[in-house]
Amino acid sequence: MKPLLTLENIDTYYGAIHILQGLSLQVNEGELVCLLGGNACGKSTTLKTALGMVSPKNGSITFAGEDVTKKSTSTRVKLGMAVVPENRRLFGPMTVLENLKIGAYVLGDADPADIERVFELFPKLKDRQNQLAGTLSGGEQQMVAVGRALMSRPRLILMDEPSMGLSPRLVEQSFEMIAGLHAQGISMLVVEQNANMALSIADRGYVLQTGRIVLEGKASELAGHEELRRAYLGR
Amino acid sequence: MSYLGQQLVNGLTLGGVYALIALGYSLVYGVLQILNFAHGDVYMVGAFLGYFVELALGGPTKSIVPVPIMLFLMFAISMIGTGLLGIVIERFAYRPLRGSSRIAPLISALGVSILLQNAAQLIFSANIRSYDTSSFIPSTLGFSIGDVTIDSVRITVLILAFALMFALSRWVNKTQVGRAMRAIAIDRDAAVMMGIDIDKVIRWTFFVGAALAAAAGVMNGLLLRGVSSGMGFVPGLKGFTAAVIGGIGSIPGAMAGGLLLGVVESLTQGYLSTNFSDFYTFILLIAVMLLRPNGLFGKKAIVKA
Repeated sequence: MKPLLTLENIDTYYGAIHILQGLSLQVNEGELVCLLGGNACGKSTTLKTALGMVSPKNGSITFAGEDVTKKSTSTRVKLGMAVVPENRRLFGPMTVLENLKIGAYVLGDADPADIERVFELFPKLKDRQNQLAGTLSGGEQQMVAVGRALMSRPRLILMDEPSMGLSPRLVEQSFEMIAGLHAQGISMLVVEQNANMALSIADRGYVLQTGRIVLEGKASELAGHEELRRAYLGR
Repeated sequence: MSYLGQQLVNGLTLGGVYALIALGYSLVYGVLQILNFAHGDVYMVGAFLGYFVELALGGPTKSIVPVPIMLFLMFAISMIGTGLLGIVIERFAYRPLRGSSRIAPLISALGVSILLQNAAQLIFSANIRSYDTSSFIPSTLGFSIGDVTIDSVRITVLILAFALMFALSRWVNKTQVGRAMRAIAIDRDAAVMMGIDIDKVIRWTFFVGAALAAAAGVMNGLLLRGVSSGMGFVPGLKGFTAAVIGGIGSIPGAMAGGLLLGVVESLTQGYLSTNFSDFYTFILLIAVMLLRPNGLFGKKAIVKA
């Protein structure tokens, strides 16, 4: 399997606070990898570091065969990273269609065929395309956030807590959708607190604790792991 | 009736000029949350550039090109040149201060303002210049609606101001850079996550804002007001007032604020007092601030946790 995203020995600081401590992880081409962990253990920081929103003090980041450690977020998105941010972060006062078009910013202009593809995936959005994104329900907003990420034709989608703020039924739908995208061959790194749900659809997983990877392995192995069960799966 | 009509036309013309200046304040505030207090002086530079293009083409009486082409070149060259100045100002006066306290860019803006005024005085001397518009556009030229006559300079200014505002709306709503600009104004981090090159969009914002101010400067010259190094102060203040009345950061707000301010100023000059029209202008500002603190089109301020 070809590695698509590699983080190696990453140290990230916020001021004097050492957030990520020698973190290494990898997402291979076509893989769905989940990054698990409790509150404030550095999950979001890992995503932000991968995306270039925060720069690590030490370590290297390779994406699609290129060393992107010093590259801007814009460059990384151009190379094929896309993100579904925590809390979705839609542009609320803009329409659904405009949000999708913004997703295609790095391509220069949105391809109507890409917009059609998003509407095929989420038929509801087609009816709501001219509605302001901020007025949609949580589930619909999630669709826009994913659709927006797809608009840049990404090789890797980074998802930050896709279950956050959604009702249990919508969480299930959301994970079905993620599994569906994965089945289409899109590589994904999913950051989640909901370990059960994430492991049920992932190929591999990492467990993060206070900025360090403490466990890694096949999703099926992790799901049966005694220590993890006790710490995160609540049993 | 004709007097009122006349005042309204004058007011809309003046308001169009204010609106173009106000847009620059609001565009920049939208993406960077800074008040570019050098904007009035950018407008002054625009007026000077228009003046020198006029001279280069042979001057008001001996123009080597037909009048419409001369006007086109005056606007085009002034807008492009001043737009580039806007980019330079952003690069050297604001970008190094990004991420510092909110007061720092404000002080920097005042510095740029003083620098531009003094540089203009040094290079162009303190003499007040005039476009001498009536030498190449006869003031008798124009048309009448009922008793209201609009001379051709006013028509030109009015049409052009509205055309520029329309073009700006298209740019902001229909192009990727325009969309990116709004996205940055809404949620800057999310815009970065979408791969938007923030610096590039900010450069465009400064270019467009300064170019619109330059157009306003040339219009001001054509309306036969003097061109001098200090000319930017009052219009800059009025443009800022218009932007605040409309709701700083709001594009339709800046347009509406500018037009409203122009009409109010013109009506108070026509009916109340020529000397105290600025007094009424700022009374309007205070009244709007008291009744709608976020301006006519402003969003409710959201305090982020």
